[in-house]
Amino acid sequence: MESDPPLAWPPYRSTALRAPTLPPVPLPPGRTELTGPVFGEGDVRPTDADLTRQHAGDPLGERIVVHGRVVDTDGRPVSHTLVEVWQTNAAGRYRHAVDRHPAPLDPNFTGAGRCLTDAGGRYRFVTIRPGAYPWKNSPNAWRPAHIHFSLFGRAFVQRLVTQMYFPGDPLLPHDAIANSVPQAARDRLVAALDLDASVPEWALAYRFDLVLRATPFEEPR
Amino acid sequence: MTTPSQTVGPFFALGMPCPDGVPDGVWLRGRVLDGAGDPVPDALVESWQADPPAFSRGATDDAGHWAVRVPPPQRYVDLSVFARGLLRRVVTRLYLPGVPDDEVLAGLDPARRATLVATAMPDGYALDIHLQGPHETVFFAV
Repeated sequence: MESDPPLAWPPYRSTALRAPTLPPVPLPPGRTELTGPVFGEGDVRPTDADLTRQHAGDPLGERIVVHGRVVDTDGRPVSHTLVEVWQTNAAGRYRHAVDRHPAPLDPNFTGAGRCLTDAGGRYRFVTIRPGAYPWKNSPNAWRPAHIHFSLFGRAFVQRLVTQMYFPGDPLLPHDAIANSVPQAARDRLVAALDLDASVPEWALAYRFDLVLRATPFEEPR
Repeated sequence: MTTPSQTVGPFFALGMPCPDGVPDGVWLRGRVLDGAGDPVPDALVESWQADPPAFSRGATDDAGHWAVRVPPPQRYVDLSVFARGLLRRVVTRLYLPGVPDDEVLAGLDPARRATLVATAMPDGYALDIHLQGPHETVFFAV
């Protein structure tokens, strides 16, 4: 896709030995590529969409709503598809054994969620605003606050894993990963403050819409 | 315009749990290796097949080994590989050994065809995925 980053992107050092070097071979989509896993209500629990209610107590940090719509490039909603998210806690620490950043873990926050889009392609999470954290890519490199998103769509060709950033983050222009995206498409990764969807005296909302590629697959609407 | 892809990073296991797989299935397994021939310990391999429809995924361990347990595939499965250092997924196929008359395989450079053909094992099939290097796996643009 023209909006996607290249595989080889020297500013992101981990691409050096991992980005394939030979041109990909075109594969006309067949039945395998035009179908995909189907997830249902049995794959998600109601608490999976509220990352602030997965433990006995309230997590620390700024509670936020993150919501949006998943559509394809033809504008059709992508309904009943699985959305997976993961993120740091408010202090910028992942609950993951590999994360050695000396910031505190929060016993009341795991940082993982999932939900299905509704018939209109809409999803909604309640979470905590994630924190920035240093990474060793270059001196003073800190990842801007972000939430990882994984989407399946309806077909194998629609699979997307990306990251959502926050508007106005001063780290964003310095981030080798965000900057891998062509300039014209970069703002598609930045959520918008959404006061209309905010819950007064409780949580601000951010809107993050996602666009998957269209497929010839017809879905009843 | 589509939403751009970004890397899964090293912490994807938090949000992308791996299912146990089909109890009576066959194992598809292998290693993910980088351009220096070193194991990639933070990759995720997803398998998808249409007949019968089955999705699975497995994260690599410290030695770069991944494994998924799936219903016996007909001819091939599609694989998506995600990792820290991959800004978008790369797509390949695992073919069972001895699949005849496959148009996709036939269309490949014969020297590279073998990068997609798995080896039969007692409990399934094995295939290493080389992201770079002299044995770089054939990846597809889908």
